[in-house]
Amino acid sequence: MATPLVVSEVAKSFTMHLRDGVRLPVVANVSFSVKAGECVVLGGPSGVGKSSILKMLYGNYGVDEGQILMEHDGRLVNLATAEPRMVLDVRRTTLGYVSQFLRVVPRVSALDIVAEPLQARGVAAEEARERAAELLAKLNLPKELWALPPATFSGGEQQRVNIARGFITGHKILLLDEPTASLDAKNRAVVVEMIAEKKAEGTALVGIFHDEEVRDAVADRIIDVSEFSPRKQAA
Amino acid sequence: MSAVPLLKVNDVSKFYGSRIGCRNVSFELYPGEVLAIVGESGSGKTTLLSCLSTRLMPTSGIVEYHMRDGQYRDLARLSEAERRFMMRTDWGFVHQNPADGLRMTVSAGANVGERLMAVGDRHYGNIRATAGDWLKRVEIDEDRIDDQPRAFSGGMRQRLQIARNLVTSPRLVFMDEPTGGLDVSVQARLLDLVRGLVHDLGLAAIIVTHDLAVARLLSHRMMVMKDGAVIEQGLTDRVLDDPREPYTQLLVSSILQV
Repeated sequence: MATPLVVSEVAKSFTMHLRDGVRLPVVANVSFSVKAGECVVLGGPSGVGKSSILKMLYGNYGVDEGQILMEHDGRLVNLATAEPRMVLDVRRTTLGYVSQFLRVVPRVSALDIVAEPLQARGVAAEEARERAAELLAKLNLPKELWALPPATFSGGEQQRVNIARGFITGHKILLLDEPTASLDAKNRAVVVEMIAEKKAEGTALVGIFHDEEVRDAVADRIIDVSEFSPRKQAA
Repeated sequence: MSAVPLLKVNDVSKFYGSRIGCRNVSFELYPGEVLAIVGESGSGKTTLLSCLSTRLMPTSGIVEYHMRDGQYRDLARLSEAERRFMMRTDWGFVHQNPADGLRMTVSAGANVGERLMAVGDRHYGNIRATAGDWLKRVEIDEDRIDDQPRAFSGGMRQRLQIARNLVTSPRLVFMDEPTGGLDVSVQARLLDLVRGLVHDLGLAAIIVTHDLAVARLLSHRMMVMKDGAVIEQGLTDRVLDDPREPYTQLLVSSILQV
């Protein structure tokens, strides 16, 4: 089976036009690959570019140089240059993402937010909701919250909605941006178990985890992102 | 993924005398795709929308549309009768001011039913039933079906305008600041409604807005306009989270946080 995710010589900088065009290099020469069933953790201190790499992998940040290759729908797609509708298609079926914060839509219930990615893949509404309910139950989200929009939920509750939304589909690549940051020990353990299940299913995972206990439990490999610092390479 | 675009826009420019309305705009829109056009007042958004929707004739450039029979037609070469038929059936146009898109002195039911008659429906009972269904879908009480839109609130009028446009199952809908004059709670409701309808019906839409939150919520793709030209375009969340051009950075950084 082909490697699901290959990152090759990726570089990223921000140019702040409103600050006299100051150029902030973020990362350079980022190269790694992730095998099916492997969980790669991006490590290193805050501000070193971990989240930026994850956002580039998701197509959320532009890429200055390099390639991000994913196997999608039987062919290889370079997400760094793909047109918007291709990126959306990749996100629909191949590439999942659990962000740090939930972007809530007014009036949409927690259950429907979780079920939506499955429905987008063509699963019937009822079936998708059942599957969403199973996941929310597993993550110990109180049942009385399921029908409510998550805008008023606590941080930990919102994060569990977010995790359920990311894990509901069988995406072959899953990106995790600190999914356990605001969870208690019991729910952290649930997430660790869910990540193990994904690995067993052959999902390729890339994550950021500041919690050492969780990181040690899930990581097959830790990549030190400070290796990709442009300052270091220049020196 | 659908292989052929619904709309092909090639190097469209519009001049008002020597003043520029919009210039050298090219893009393709695919079925089910929602494109937001953003930019400040006077940047050419509405001029572009008018050129695309045949309300204005471009000074130069070609807009082609994939007709239901599978042929591409140059919209500038449609006859007036064909153009009007398209506007009433295969396309929708949601105006910022509902009074521009509705007939204010006929009933809500007739406003919706009129478009059905344009596609050949003649059975009064069916038309009324369909109109009633659509009022419900846009969250207007069915017992308001015989009231004139003059008696409706701004938010209700806008929802009625949307129902009127969507009843004929158009494939492409143009929206010009659809949430423009509405207060925020009404806006949220309308946005959620439009988002659901676009998704369920698989509509393609082009939405002109100066509200980046509206663009984020509704669109897949975004074009940023300044002085008549498209200065940046791409996936909506990419443009908003990682803006490249100075003007886009200014726009994004000017959003007020609440």
